[in-house]
Amino acid sequence: MATKLPPVDVVLVGFGWTASILGQELTDAGLQVLALERGSFRDTVPDFATTQIQDELRYAVRNELFEEPERETLTFRNSADQTALPMRHLGSFKPAAGAGGAGVHWNGQNWRFLPTDFMMRSHTEQRYGKRFIPEDMTIQDWGVTYDELEPFYDRFEYLCGISGQAGNLNGAIHDGGNPFEGPRKRAFPLPPLARSYGTVLFDKAAKEAGYKPFPCPAANTSKPYKNIYGVQMGECTYCGFCEWFGCGNYSKSSPQTTVFPVLLEKDNFELRTHMSVTKVLLDSSGKRATGVIYVDPQGREFEQPADLVILTAFAQHNVHLLLLSGIGKPYDPTSGQGVVGRNYAYQITSSVDVFLNEIVNPFMGAGALGQAIDEFNGDNFDHGPQKFVGGGYIALWTTGGRPILQHHLPKDAPKWGSGWKKAMADNYLRTVSIATHGSVMSYRDAYLDLDPTYRDEYGNPLLRLTFDFHDNEHRMSDFLTDKAAGIAKAMKARDIHVKQRKGHYTIVPYQTTHNTGGAIMGTDPRTSVVNRYLQSWDVPNLFVVGSCAFPQNAGYNPTGTVGALAYWAANAIRTQYLKKQGPLVSA
Amino acid sequence: MSFVPSRRRLLKAALVPSAATVVPLRFVPSAAAESVAAPGQFPFFTAVEFTFVEAAVARLIPNDELGPGAKEAGVATFIDRQLAGPYGRAATWYMRGPWRDGTKEQGYQLRLTPAQLYRTAIADVDAWCSNQKQRPFAEQDAAAQDTLLHGLESGDVKLARAPAKDFFQMLLQNTVEGFLADPLYGGNRGFAGWKLIGFPGPRYNYVAEIQQYGKRYKMPTVGLLGRDGSRTRES
Repeated sequence: MATKLPPVDVVLVGFGWTASILGQELTDAGLQVLALERGSFRDTVPDFATTQIQDELRYAVRNELFEEPERETLTFRNSADQTALPMRHLGSFKPAAGAGGAGVHWNGQNWRFLPTDFMMRSHTEQRYGKRFIPEDMTIQDWGVTYDELEPFYDRFEYLCGISGQAGNLNGAIHDGGNPFEGPRKRAFPLPPLARSYGTVLFDKAAKEAGYKPFPCPAANTSKPYKNIYGVQMGECTYCGFCEWFGCGNYSKSSPQTTVFPVLLEKDNFELRTHMSVTKVLLDSSGKRATGVIYVDPQGREFEQPADLVILTAFAQHNVHLLLLSGIGKPYDPTSGQGVVGRNYAYQITSSVDVFLNEIVNPFMGAGALGQAIDEFNGDNFDHGPQKFVGGGYIALWTTGGRPILQHHLPKDAPKWGSGWKKAMADNYLRTVSIATHGSVMSYRDAYLDLDPTYRDEYGNPLLRLTFDFHDNEHRMSDFLTDKAAGIAKAMKARDIHVKQRKGHYTIVPYQTTHNTGGAIMGTDPRTSVVNRYLQSWDVPNLFVVGSCAFPQNAGYNPTGTVGALAYWAANAIRTQYLKKQGPLVSA
Repeated sequence: MSFVPSRRRLLKAALVPSAATVVPLRFVPSAAAESVAAPGQFPFFTAVEFTFVEAAVARLIPNDELGPGAKEAGVATFIDRQLAGPYGRAATWYMRGPWRDGTKEQGYQLRLTPAQLYRTAIADVDAWCSNQKQRPFAEQDAAAQDTLLHGLESGDVKLARAPAKDFFQMLLQNTVEGFLADPLYGGNRGFAGWKLIGFPGPRYNYVAEIQQYGKRYKMPTVGLLGRDGSRTRES
């Protein structure tokens, strides 16, 4: 029997980026906020100290900062005619566990989506006609526009101290920035990072090919920065240990370096770590959440009553919790009816390794130190002749040169023996890699539901993922990869290795942690789980925040949009919901 | 709600140090190996197993004109320590049944932990070698060892119990890890791996150098425990 605890105004499930933002904004509004986090507390000191954090084996290979499948995983299959099996260790994606969430271990690649990305179906139909979209592709408009989100993108960027070069200021295109980006009201808070040699070589080759390369927007601070809450960050030192690590230098934006120093001091905020939420409780009407059930490390159950419940866990964990709690109609791929678990999407990546004669010192870098072109993202080009939907950016990132996972070898290099050794010696200092980062559309047969067989440590069914790449995505990715190879050849390489993404999606090699969908936002309760303010259609005092709200995935890293949506939802709660509790949009 | 806490979490809850929760690792009886194992000599391997791994990693990354190989860099010690720790016992992996063969897209579905896979496969390989060549792997010449390793890699060599390809991939992965991880874990001794490729170690600040395009970085190699690449940390 669960022990019933004193009520709070707001309970946040998970304590990463979105919870930190909502916690900060809702405590500012005077509410009593409690965050429940399944993992440990972590902070710059002592957990990310530079004397220990630059350890590739411990963090990047043995996955110390991430979720442990032993405690939480999912089952996976490519198609509904297969039997899903558990993801027994991490591979294709790496969700976090612990305070700060994946905001601790990300690279800091911080983008805005394009205005047309938010109108994916209506824009595509308008430009290319209804028949251009395959019948089984279930893409939708978001229910929110770029212009509406712009102030909230801005707020997240000024929270983080993003380093970058504006390409579109109030509609005026500026040289050196991304000319394809949506209009921004003001410049980035910080100038771009110092250029690494690899990005200089890419920039030159891309310009020669007629493209407009620009420095990627980075949540690595190019200068000291004081953010919107008065929190001070330091200047990046280009140590090359961002992704999979915490930053010991206060120069990668994370909840720890941008929000914690203010939020954790507040009397009306409380964080409880090592607490796993297993269910959202509803009243007898099924239309009001009364709180959550959570389990402590001793296995004791607690009932935490709250007036407002906000799911702020990793995308698929939010969906899992909705399914375990019986909130919203689960999606049925046979009938196409139901919404929870619908429109799961991912991203499709590829790369072209470039072997140069010159030394490029790959170990000097930063997680978001890159140069990109955006000519082939979103609808920045005519899709008519290509006959696919979507796109992506092409970038040369110099995130670091950690030797175990970040060495690149020519295609014909032996896998072991003296030949491998020689290839390592010849290439490590002289290799860069161009990445393509492509969108994945949503489809009728790509979804999340509960597994019938496998269970977690609490006896609950694991989440089941059914997903594969479709022809549309392979064609788009091959198109991007060809363009990337063209730039690679223009870099005067002595050799290149084109690594297309072929075949079925596999859970094994790491690709990206940009999992989306399953609790999508929209304008119609028959095709979305939450309304345009991320409020549950079924349970109005429940909000679900994160990339689970994306109706399909775009060709950019998602964190900038996740941060903007968190501020957007917080603003709706503060300015509308608290005045008149109930649905913010009538169904 | 039915709540069934895992063994591991219950033990955590009772504040038992995780090292004490090790299930018996020597689950595969290996009479030959046990008879020559000196207790306490290695945290996981028997002497025979250690000899096998040292011989195998010496072929995967050989000692040659470019410098020390995996054996000289202490990679067998690295793997031994890794298998004795949380990695070896798959402490963070989901290891609940039912167990089924999956597609290759579904990834690792073996019931064996890494430590168990090594123990089983080493015994299998040595049994195969003794059958075919009348001597264990470590006593064969380099050419014969390479032929066998290629056979494991391709799956052409079939072992009695362990899946050969899975074992080979794990061995190769762990060998590269040991050669290129910080020396504190017992491998990459004397920064052998890092010096081969030109990685200067976990240095903290390249503000002065990042825009010196095309120039070789000159500072000495450093590890988390300093410039002495022979220092390791007891596991």
